[in-house]
Amino acid sequence: MSKLSRRKLITTGLAATAGVSGLAVATKLARRYGLVPPDHSGIYGPGETLTYAAQRVLTRHSMAREFSPSQISNPPFVNGDPPQDDAFKRLQAGGFADWRLTVDGMVARPASYSISELQKFPSRSQITHLACEEGWSYIAEWTGVALSTVLSAVEPHPQATYVVYFSIDSGWWDSVDMADALHPQTLVAYGLNGGHLPVGNGGPLRLRVPRQLGYKSVKYITRLAVTDDLKRFGKGLGSGSPEAGYAWYAGI
Amino acid sequence: MADSAFTPAAASALRARTLAPRHTALVRATHWVTAACFVALLVSGLEIVVSHPRFYWGEAGNVHTRPLFKIPIPASRSTVPTGYGYVLPDQNGWSRALHFQTAWVLVLTGLVYVATGLLTAHFRMNLIPRKGQMSRQTLSAVISNHLRLKPPPPAEAWSYNGLQRLTYLFVIFVLFPLIIWTGLAMSPAVVSAVPALVTTLGGQQSARTIHFFVTLLLSLFLIVHIAMIWIAGFRNRTRAMITGQAGTSTEHT
Repeated sequence: MSKLSRRKLITTGLAATAGVSGLAVATKLARRYGLVPPDHSGIYGPGETLTYAAQRVLTRHSMAREFSPSQISNPPFVNGDPPQDDAFKRLQAGGFADWRLTVDGMVARPASYSISELQKFPSRSQITHLACEEGWSYIAEWTGVALSTVLSAVEPHPQATYVVYFSIDSGWWDSVDMADALHPQTLVAYGLNGGHLPVGNGGPLRLRVPRQLGYKSVKYITRLAVTDDLKRFGKGLGSGSPEAGYAWYAGI
Repeated sequence: MADSAFTPAAASALRARTLAPRHTALVRATHWVTAACFVALLVSGLEIVVSHPRFYWGEAGNVHTRPLFKIPIPASRSTVPTGYGYVLPDQNGWSRALHFQTAWVLVLTGLVYVATGLLTAHFRMNLIPRKGQMSRQTLSAVISNHLRLKPPPPAEAWSYNGLQRLTYLFVIFVLFPLIIWTGLAMSPAVVSAVPALVTTLGGQQSARTIHFFVTLLLSLFLIVHIAMIWIAGFRNRTRAMITGQAGTSTEHT
């Protein structure tokens, strides 16, 4: 009996030690390869971390599905109202000619672009699916400049790890890691279905991150900030979403 | 020899049966973890559905699209026309976090269960129907007993009948894989790596709709499962799944 329980004790102890040290090694590796999301703490942290780590390994270079023109949803769904503040209304009255997108942070050459200046960059059009966390979705053709093109113009520091983006709608901001920021399908979008991007769909300027849910595609963007530390923004969770309980990483 | 009930082999089998637990510790542990996960996934899943209680077929769907069907409940989003004059509070934040974290626990538990089930012959011994259990006569007798809500014979405290075996195999190897598959098919990142996950189902909205129907089937299974346990003897059956003891102690020497 005592022999049996001693053996049991030793095996349990060994298993526990292996488990704990395995977890420690996994955590260290995950940190080194950037597999830990900024909202990794709290009771749902383990789930968020597992999802982000697994999908980063699986989808670092994969391309979002693209569709044929016949699959475009008509009309494109408009979710919510545009910003109601005077600053936005003034810009809208001027046809968004004075809209600026500033790019700063860890870059060699901070810059600020108007919509027409952004349109001078090589453009990209893609028909992708926008899925909302609520369950609805639509397919549309998005046109814009790849975020990676804008980034290469401002020359990010090599140690930069995230791009933070801000809406003119104060309190609405988010960020993506470099895998999504440099992904060819991540667009600074100014066009929808062949025309200007309507205000209802985020016009004049919206980030489009087609490999994540709709709420990562922040509307009315005015600023991009390149960083290696998300703790300096908001509550340090990488986005306003986690404060409302929504995951920072929305690849699900 | 085959006709005698008192061969040494049968006697030792009987003794082993009374000493061995009805369910192994691993089956009991994975059963209860799965049960807890299912409840958490069901509650959080229903909360998520409340934000858009409309279902579609194909790739895309929104309030401008003709739905396959609608659930006649109020929604937690003002953008969904429901006919109700009010909007429910938004519970999606914690619901989604709980749903995906629990899905991880469920999938990992399921992998442990299936791997050990294959290694220990649990499936072969306990879940693959035995010879004779699948005859039309036996099966229809079992079904008619079930429909008349008749308590099962005592032997069933130790072994599953053919209908039970088929049902458990269907839940473990069809419904659970299907709910995981359709769940992954709704992930824009996962389908970017494995597009076939969603194209084979007819699209992302189809995946969502199938996910919902499989949830209904799993819920139906849960209701019937609990009802059958109630008829068979709730205390004994539940104790067997907690302590491992089946509760027929007459064979003790």
